[in-house]
Amino acid sequence: MSYVAKSPWVIHYDGSSCNGCDIEVLACLTPMYDVERFGIINTGNPKHADVFLVTGSVNEQNKNVVKQIYEQMPEPKVVVAIGICANSGGVFKECYNILGGVDTVIPVDVYVPGCAARPEAIIDGVVAGLGKLAEKRKALEGDVIVEPERASAGEQQAQDTDEREEGAK
Amino acid sequence: MLYMIFSIVAYLVLAPLVGGFLAGVDRKITARMQGRVGPPVFQPFYDVLKLIEKEDITVNRVQDFYILCFLVFTAVAGGIFFAGESLLLVIFALTLASVFFIIAAFSSNSPYAQLGAERELLQVMAAEPMELMVAIGFYMVIGTFDVSQIIQVGAMPLPYLIGIFLGLVYILTIKFRKSPFDLSMSHHAHQELVKGMTTEISGKTLAMTEVAHWYENILLLGFIFLFFVNGTWWGALIGVVVCLLAYFLEILIDNSFARMKWQIAFKSAWVVTIVVGVTNLLVLAFV
Repeated sequence: MSYVAKSPWVIHYDGSSCNGCDIEVLACLTPMYDVERFGIINTGNPKHADVFLVTGSVNEQNKNVVKQIYEQMPEPKVVVAIGICANSGGVFKECYNILGGVDTVIPVDVYVPGCAARPEAIIDGVVAGLGKLAEKRKALEGDVIVEPERASAGEQQAQDTDEREEGAK
Repeated sequence: MLYMIFSIVAYLVLAPLVGGFLAGVDRKITARMQGRVGPPVFQPFYDVLKLIEKEDITVNRVQDFYILCFLVFTAVAGGIFFAGESLLLVIFALTLASVFFIIAAFSSNSPYAQLGAERELLQVMAAEPMELMVAIGFYMVIGTFDVSQIIQVGAMPLPYLIGIFLGLVYILTIKFRKSPFDLSMSHHAHQELVKGMTTEISGKTLAMTEVAHWYENILLLGFIFLFFVNGTWWGALIGVVVCLLAYFLEILIDNSFARMKWQIAFKSAWVVTIVVGVTNLLVLAFV
């Protein structure tokens, strides 16, 4: 049995958010929403974290910071993009310094839309991320360290080959 | 001899279980004090089991070895205590353990960890004199450092060592790493130093650190217990109850105070040590 989903520690990074989503993320920790019920702790240290919460879009200045935080997190890890800016760039999409959503820099597992994303939606997103964490843990156990996208592409290819073979018969 | 081996094995097996459970109760009570529901009582175990499953990303490998030494020597210190051997040896082994923890933090080359390690050195300096006075106090009252002989004495040592007991409770906040003296590392989201000494420690190594803290906490509660033993079952019962009360007091203090500067931690610990500890020893020496 895997325990990753029972004790997800989060790290929160503010890309170029207007602080709307940031406040909502922190609201999740307050007595009103109390995410510690699920064992969620805000660590502030990438090396302790399992879930990376990013608010705001990624810009030229902070793309390396986002990458570095992501790389410093030990596997298995998931990325949750919170708010429409982190999803796609939002209203800042056309700005000259904005690259777009978080997925332009690092692979994102869960998208939580909203402006600002409500605490309920954020908690929902993190809980959806827990399922991904457990999956990734399983993949690590099997010693097949493959990117999820690559894995599904491989399956697709295998299916295609099967179909072709059937067609040949 | 058989009894001694049994005690050591019981400590090595039960201390992490009880320590982890107490840590879970701590988090639950803390949450309730803050008007929250809080995590399940077994959350600390889930945390440690999760950390064991995580990828190993240590930058400087030697750090993991030092942390292993921290765990081993903390367990050794507790083993010596529960085997009924010398209190002095227990305190020295415990200090050696914290030295390994400090070296581990220094070896990581992270500025946050190093700052945490420097603060930990100050905390050791603040708390150590009082720990030594506990051993000296027991020696002056009972005439031995051996735990096995201390627990056989008929009279409760507390009335003779009341000052030293209060001093020990004071430095317990430092040893348990609770606010206001959680300078070097904290379980809370104080992020001024990221995670202090544990900044570079992750995965299995962090799990070892947690388990070592559980061992340490049980050992420290053992010290508290020692003030109440008088060879009878009700003495032991009072001891256990006072241990739990002391633990609750630490949680209460933890939730009532913000983190303080190291100067306050250091000065206040020494003032308390001199006022209650030295006075108690002087009274014992002259009366």
